[in-house]
Amino acid sequence: MKTFIIPAIRLTIVLTILLCVIYPLSIMLIGKASKGAGNGETISVNGKVVGYANIGQSFTKPQYFWGRPSAVAYNAAGSAGSNKGPSNPDYLKDVSNRIDTLLKYHPYLKRSDIPADLVTASGSGLDPDISPDAAKIQIKRVAEYRKLDEQKVAALLNNQIEKPLLGMFGPSKVNVLRLNIALDQLK
Amino acid sequence: MNTELLGIIASFVITLVIAIPLGKYLAKMYAGEKIWTDFLKPIETGIFKLSGINPKEPMNWKQFLKAMMTINVLWLVYGFFVLIFQDKLPLNPDGNPGQSADLAFNTIISFVVNCNLQHYSGETGATYLTQHFIFMFLHFTSCATGMACAVAVFKAFRDKTTTDLGNFWEFFVKSITRVLLPLSVIIATILAFNGTPSSYAGKDKFISLQGDTVNVSRGPAAAMIAIKHLGTNGGGWFGANSAHPLENPNYLTNMTEIAAQFIIPVAMILAFGYYIRRKKLAWVIFGFMMLGVLMLMLPTISSELGGNPLIAKMGISQTTGAMEGKEVRFGPAATAYWSTLTTVTSTGSVNGMHDSTMALTGMWQLLAMMINGFFGGCGVGILNYFIYLIIAVFISGLMVGRTPEFLGHKVEAREVKIAALITLLSPFLILVGTAISSYVFTNHLGGNWAVKPSSWLNNPGYHGFSEMLYEYTSSNANNGSGFEGLGDGNIFWNFTTGIVLIMGRFLPIIGPVAIAGLLAQKKYIPESAGTLKIDTKTFGLMTFAVILVLNALSYFPALALGPLAEYFSMK
Repeated sequence: MKTFIIPAIRLTIVLTILLCVIYPLSIMLIGKASKGAGNGETISVNGKVVGYANIGQSFTKPQYFWGRPSAVAYNAAGSAGSNKGPSNPDYLKDVSNRIDTLLKYHPYLKRSDIPADLVTASGSGLDPDISPDAAKIQIKRVAEYRKLDEQKVAALLNNQIEKPLLGMFGPSKVNVLRLNIALDQLK
Repeated sequence: MNTELLGIIASFVITLVIAIPLGKYLAKMYAGEKIWTDFLKPIETGIFKLSGINPKEPMNWKQFLKAMMTINVLWLVYGFFVLIFQDKLPLNPDGNPGQSADLAFNTIISFVVNCNLQHYSGETGATYLTQHFIFMFLHFTSCATGMACAVAVFKAFRDKTTTDLGNFWEFFVKSITRVLLPLSVIIATILAFNGTPSSYAGKDKFISLQGDTVNVSRGPAAAMIAIKHLGTNGGGWFGANSAHPLENPNYLTNMTEIAAQFIIPVAMILAFGYYIRRKKLAWVIFGFMMLGVLMLMLPTISSELGGNPLIAKMGISQTTGAMEGKEVRFGPAATAYWSTLTTVTSTGSVNGMHDSTMALTGMWQLLAMMINGFFGGCGVGILNYFIYLIIAVFISGLMVGRTPEFLGHKVEAREVKIAALITLLSPFLILVGTAISSYVFTNHLGGNWAVKPSSWLNNPGYHGFSEMLYEYTSSNANNGSGFEGLGDGNIFWNFTTGIVLIMGRFLPIIGPVAIAGLLAQKKYIPESAGTLKIDTKTFGLMTFAVILVLNALSYFPALALGPLAEYFSMK
């Protein structure tokens, strides 16, 4: 051991400088050229930051499209899923209650219209997206509440649907924050 | 075909397209042959000079292991104290507290051994200093340690008879300068340009569209997330790991991260073949490992795409699959794909919560970590498979009635004993750990710990048992993913998993290097008609059968009590 301890200490110091100082500082400098300059991309309305593009936020008011249930109530100081197992009776009751709530606010829906992502919590608790189906079923409620033409809202939503990567890979989705900002701007 | 399935097929193809040439590159680079990255040599020379190391000094297997253990023990001690005092050190913009002694014990072991179990949450339990100077540092070095030890085994079988396994420092440093660091820069750049934060700014605060005040944790995450995957570490910046939208912002970063965690384990297998000049052997191993991965992956994908049968009964639509604990931007297919690769390798990062996956998915995740030899962690994957190979050689030898030989060296009692002990170690650690925790859970519900045993489990019944089984399996495999509902932030879990982690890491490294060292010293016996050829498909199948039988016998009862029982109860 003795012959190795001094080189081990010296090597640890040298590698610390390389890996913990030079490397992350270079990435920081590279990141300055990205959107948000490495601080995370924010979205502003009228010059005021209203959120982060990638971080979901809580929408509970009826004039907005709603996002997914969250185990951390969209508090982005932390992040977590529910970690409920698939057979947990308490969890299944939660899901059932969420379905009932949705049906209450959307009396025009059949149960089979409701997509799973709207009644299950996301992995991070900060999911910024919902599936296009999850947005579509909310059109009528939002339009009625805002006294807007349903087709106008539907067209707006259509513009906000993000296609899979290169049109080929992964799911389509809708960023709830961007959708609601566009909705607010709709006259 | 639907875009979610196309996405995972593309991810898989990209991985192979990178990993195969990388394997050839690794073999040449470690052998010291001329290669295009030689322009980095001055950096290595500088590192060796500053550290007072002669990288050309040969080491026998004992010296090699001593060097490896010395520097690893050094990191354990140093990191432990930094974690305890992190609140008093700089780079703590969010004012997070120091870690308690038992948490620091668990955390530092967990990162030194390439596991990253994380009984804390990154946003509140670590500072920017510890995230970079301890965690990210160990992301690089724990991975490089594994790779260096694998190369020692390669070297033992390249030469006919030798005591020289190469120089630990040389393999270790070159793993960082020639592989991990350059690739990390590329991956971190991709992440930074897709929305992962890279600056040192602390928490931000804003008022949401609806009028709520929201805090957002940030930090220089991009650099760490790159090596977290590349080095099969898995310990993320944020609590939700790669499910977090800043840690894994979109489908492109998801493909990048999943490819990053699989390329080195695959490349190391091929590097083995090229290094010892037995390409066929490597491709046979590769083929059977891939078969094993697919046998774990296809049922996982099918079980997740099928959705939760109990939610289906409520009448709602699960067109894409089960969504609890998953993110919309990845979807169930990519999450299932990730969950297999992160458990066959020792990464353990997650892009969806494993605790909420379907019952059978949980079983495939557990089994992948129990086997722990289909590609496995950086470097250590092939070491684990090497143990299976020795057992298979031994059993085949008994079957045909000849002294078993491995690549021209007689395998005798001593080597087989070591291999057998290492094989028995995993079930011992996993099952004894789970038994003790089950006993404490049932008999000492009110135990006076930070989290009382009565509130350990986030889910009742069979699934609760699976949570405990998963924690020890993940610790032993140095995986680091978890059924995160488990209340593991207390002294019982910190201590017991800490012990499992350290035994499950170093014994399975020491064992194979010792066996390789012992074999390499022996006289080389040229191949003859009577030699058991280990680079044939028949022998590959034999090894595969040995792996299946050993693991089925060890773990079937535990799996029957956990995920299988849950599955049948949900019917």
